[in-house]
Amino acid sequence: MLGRLTIDALPFYSAIAAGGAAVTVLGALSVVGLITYFRAWRIVLFDWVSSLDHKKIGIMYVMLALVMLMRGFIDAAMMRSQQAIAFRSDGYLPAEHFDQIFSSHGTIMIFFMAMPFLSGLINHIMPQQIGARDVAFPFMNAVSLWLTAAGAGLVLISLVIGKFSTAGWTGYPPYSGIEYNPGVGVDYWLWAVLIAGVGSTMSGINFLVTILKCRAPGMHLFRMPLFSWTVLVTSVLMIFAFPALTVACGLLAVDRIFGTHFFTNAMGGNMMHYINLFWLWGHPEVYILILPAFGVFSEVVATFSQKRLFGYTSLVLATMAIGLLSFTVWLHHFFTMGPSADVNSFFGIMTTIIAVPTGVKVFDWLLTMYRGRIIFKPPMLFTIGFLVTFVIGGLSGVLLALPPVDYAMHNTTFLVAHFHNTIIPGVLFGYLAGYMFWFPKAFGFKLNETWGARSFWCWIIGFYLAFMPLYVLGLMGMPRRMEHYDIAAWQPHLIVAAVGAFIIFLGIVCLAIQLVVSIRDRANARDLTGDPWNGRTLEWATSSPPALYNFAILPNVQSVDAFWDMKHRGVAYQRPERYVDIALPKNTFIPATVGGAAFVFGFAVVWYIWWLAAVAFAVILVAIIIRSSDDETEVILPAIEVKAIEEARFREMEAASKNEMASDPGFAGESVLEATS
Amino acid sequence: MMIVIVPVFIMAALFTWRYRGTNRNARYAPNLAYYWPVEILIWGVPAGIIFWLGLHLWSATHRLDPYKPIDPEVPPLRVEAVAQDWKWLFIYPEQDIAVVNELVFPAGRPLALRITSDTVMNSFMIPGLGGQIYAMAGMQTRLHLLADEPGEFWGRNVQYSGRGFADQQFRAIATTTEGEFGAWVEKVKASTQMLDATTYEQLAKPSVKVPVTYYSGVQPGLFDSIIAKWHGDGNHLHAQVTGTEQAR
Repeated sequence: MLGRLTIDALPFYSAIAAGGAAVTVLGALSVVGLITYFRAWRIVLFDWVSSLDHKKIGIMYVMLALVMLMRGFIDAAMMRSQQAIAFRSDGYLPAEHFDQIFSSHGTIMIFFMAMPFLSGLINHIMPQQIGARDVAFPFMNAVSLWLTAAGAGLVLISLVIGKFSTAGWTGYPPYSGIEYNPGVGVDYWLWAVLIAGVGSTMSGINFLVTILKCRAPGMHLFRMPLFSWTVLVTSVLMIFAFPALTVACGLLAVDRIFGTHFFTNAMGGNMMHYINLFWLWGHPEVYILILPAFGVFSEVVATFSQKRLFGYTSLVLATMAIGLLSFTVWLHHFFTMGPSADVNSFFGIMTTIIAVPTGVKVFDWLLTMYRGRIIFKPPMLFTIGFLVTFVIGGLSGVLLALPPVDYAMHNTTFLVAHFHNTIIPGVLFGYLAGYMFWFPKAFGFKLNETWGARSFWCWIIGFYLAFMPLYVLGLMGMPRRMEHYDIAAWQPHLIVAAVGAFIIFLGIVCLAIQLVVSIRDRANARDLTGDPWNGRTLEWATSSPPALYNFAILPNVQSVDAFWDMKHRGVAYQRPERYVDIALPKNTFIPATVGGAAFVFGFAVVWYIWWLAAVAFAVILVAIIIRSSDDETEVILPAIEVKAIEEARFREMEAASKNEMASDPGFAGESVLEATS
Repeated sequence: MMIVIVPVFIMAALFTWRYRGTNRNARYAPNLAYYWPVEILIWGVPAGIIFWLGLHLWSATHRLDPYKPIDPEVPPLRVEAVAQDWKWLFIYPEQDIAVVNELVFPAGRPLALRITSDTVMNSFMIPGLGGQIYAMAGMQTRLHLLADEPGEFWGRNVQYSGRGFADQQFRAIATTTEGEFGAWVEKVKASTQMLDATTYEQLAKPSVKVPVTYYSGVQPGLFDSIIAKWHGDGNHLHAQVTGTEQAR
C-alpha cells in the first residue's frame, strides 16, 4: 500500500536529521500560522495562488528563491563548519549527512534558488520592459511556477521523510544507480529535477514567444533593452538545453525503476553517456543563469551612471555569441575522462573563446560608467562588486579551460572556488541587484538603502574570505567534498573560509532586516511616480505596483532607452484621448492543482507507491483536459474601469513629490546636454 | 591575461572615484554610447590574447597528454591500478606482485599506469606528481608519471565515491635507486598472501582505511579480467581474458 515507505523513514535515527526535519516542519507550520494569524487565507488563495498575473507569479518565484537561498545557505554553513573542524577528527557531521548536504546545497542553489529567482525577475520585468500586458501564455506561466515549487517541495520534504541524495548535484552514475544507491535519496533528487525541469522548459518557451510576439509597437529587436535581450537568448538556451537534462535524468530514473542499463557498469551500460548529456545541459545552464544577470547589470549600470549604455550593439552581439558558444564547451567538465588530446584541445579552445564576448561586456559596463554621474545605490554597489570580482573568476575559468591545468585542478577546491567566483558575483549579485532595483516597481516603495549597502559589504567581504582560501587549497591538492582530512596545512585556510561563510550569513541577515525595516517604514519610502530611479526603460513608465494590465495604452517605442526618450520628448505620462477594454486572464486554481499533483506524483514514485502515482498523474491529465475545454479564460476590464484606475494614478502623481534621482546631480536636464558631441 | 584583468581593476577604481555623482568637476557625457576605436580595442585585444593562448593550448595539451609515454627511450615501470570502495589496488604485472594502498617506484624512471575501477567512477591522482584521470568500470584509462626526485607523495581518489571517500588515499614512494625498489619488491615477495580470484573478491568488497597489504603473487591477467567481467553476465572473473585492450 505504501510502497517502501515505512516508519523508519522518519528522521529519528540521528539528532542532526531530526533537527533538520524539525526546522523544516516548524518553518512550514509558521507560514501556515502567520497566514491564519493575519486572516490572509482568502488573499493568499484567491489573489495569489490562483493568479495568472505575470507580476504576481514573478513575486512568488522570488519568494520561493529567497526561502531556498536560506536553506541552501544553511547547507553551505554546515559544510564550512564541518571542514573547519574535521582535521584528524570526524567533526560533527557523519559522512552520510555531509554527503547529503553537499548534494542538496548544489541542487537547491542551482535548481531552486537561481532558477526561480531568474524566472521571477524575468516574469515581473520583461513583459513591462517590452511594453506588453502579460506573457504570451499566462496559464502555462503559472503551471511552470507550480511545477518548480513542486520540485522544491520534494527537496524540502526529503529532510523530513527519508533521505536526500548523496550523489552530488550532478548525480553521476553508476554511483547514483540503483546498485550503489538503492535508497530513496537519488530518487528525490531525480524527480525534483525532472519536475522542475519541465517547468523551466515551458518557461523558456513562454519567454521566447512573449519577446517575439508581444513587443509594443515600434520596439524592433534592436530597440529592446539589454535585459530583454539576455532573456531572449536565455530562453533559447532553456528550450534547447533542458531537454538534455530531462533525457539524462529520465533514463537514469528508468535505470533505477525498471532495471534497464543505460548508465550502469554492466550489461552494456555506460556512464559516459550520462555525463555527456548532463553537461550538454549543464554548461548552457550556467549561461541561462548568468545572462539575465548580465542584463540586470546592464540596466543598473546605465541607470545609476545616469548615462546611455555604452556599446549596446556590442553587448547584444556578445550575448548572442555567448549563447551560441555555450553549446560547444560541455566537454571541459570532463577533460579527465580520457578524451584524446585533439578533442580536449578543441573544447579547451572553444571555452577560452567565451572569454572574449564576456570581456567585451565587462569593458562596455566600465565604459558606461566613464563620464557618467554614478549614484551608489545598493544595486550599483552589487554591480561594481561584480565587475571587480567576476574577472577573477573569469581568469580562473580560462586557466581551467587549459586541459593540462585542468588535469591538475579538476575535482579540487580550486574548481569549487572558480564556479562560486563566477556564480556568486555573476549570478547572485546580479539577481540581488535586480531585486533591489525593481522592488519599488513591484511593491510601490523602496528598500532600505543602508541595510542594502550593509548586506553588500557583508556579501563581498564574506565572499573573498570564503573562496580565496579555496583557490589556495586547490593548489595544495585538496579534493572537493572531503568530509574529513588529515593534512594539517589545510585547516587554517578552511577556518578562514568558515569565517567568510559566517560573514555571508550576516549578509543574508542584512537582507532579511532590510526587508522587514523597509516594510515597517514603507510610508516614508513610497514611490508614487512609478519611476524611482529616473529610469530609462519602459517598465518605469507603469505605476508602482503596476496595474493589472501594465499599460492602459500600449506605448510607442522610438529608441533603446524608450522611456528616457519619452520623458525627454515630453510625451511620457500623457493622458490618452480614450481608453479601451482590456482582456485579462481569469484566475484559476488549475496550475496550482497541477503543481500539487506533480508533487504527489514525485513523492509517490520516490517511494514506489504506484497507485498514488497513477492517481496523481490522472489528476494532472484531467486538470489539463478541463482547462482545454474552458472557453472563458479571460475577463474583460471595461474601458471605464481602466479610466478610473488611470485617473487615480494621474492624481496621485500630481500630488507626489519628484523622486530624488530626478533632482540628483546628474539628472540630464538642459545643463548637461551640452557636455556631449 | 593580465593585460585584460589589470585594466579592469584600474578602470573600476578610477571611474568609480572620478565619476562619483558628487564630483561636479568630472565631465559628464550622458549620451556617450559608442566610439568605434574602443569597440575594436575591446573585441580585438581579448581575441588576440585568446588566439595566442589557443596556439599554446593546442601544443601544451598534446605535449602533456597523459596517454603519451614520457620518454619512449626508457622502458617504463608498468603498474595496473584498480579503484575499489574505498581503496586502491596496484598490480605490478612484470614483478608479479600486488599492493593495496601503497605505490612504490624508482625515481627517474617513468611510470606507466593502466587504470580501471571495479566500482563507481573514481579519479586517480597524485597531486605532487601530475594530473588526474578517471577510473571507470569496464574501461581502461592511462596515465604516465615521472618522479624527478625521490620522495614520498600523497595520492588518492579525487572523484566523490561514497561514504569512505575521504579516506580513500595511498602513499606513493619514489625510491632513490632501482636497487631500493628491487628491495621493496623482495619485501612484497616475502608476503604469504597471494592475490587469486577468491582473495580478490574478498578484497573488492567495500572497506575503509585498509592498511597497506602485500601480495607475493597475482593471478595472471587479473587486471584485464576485472575489466572484462563488466562486459559479460557479471561473473567472468574466473575466465582468463589476457592480452586484450578493452575500451582502448
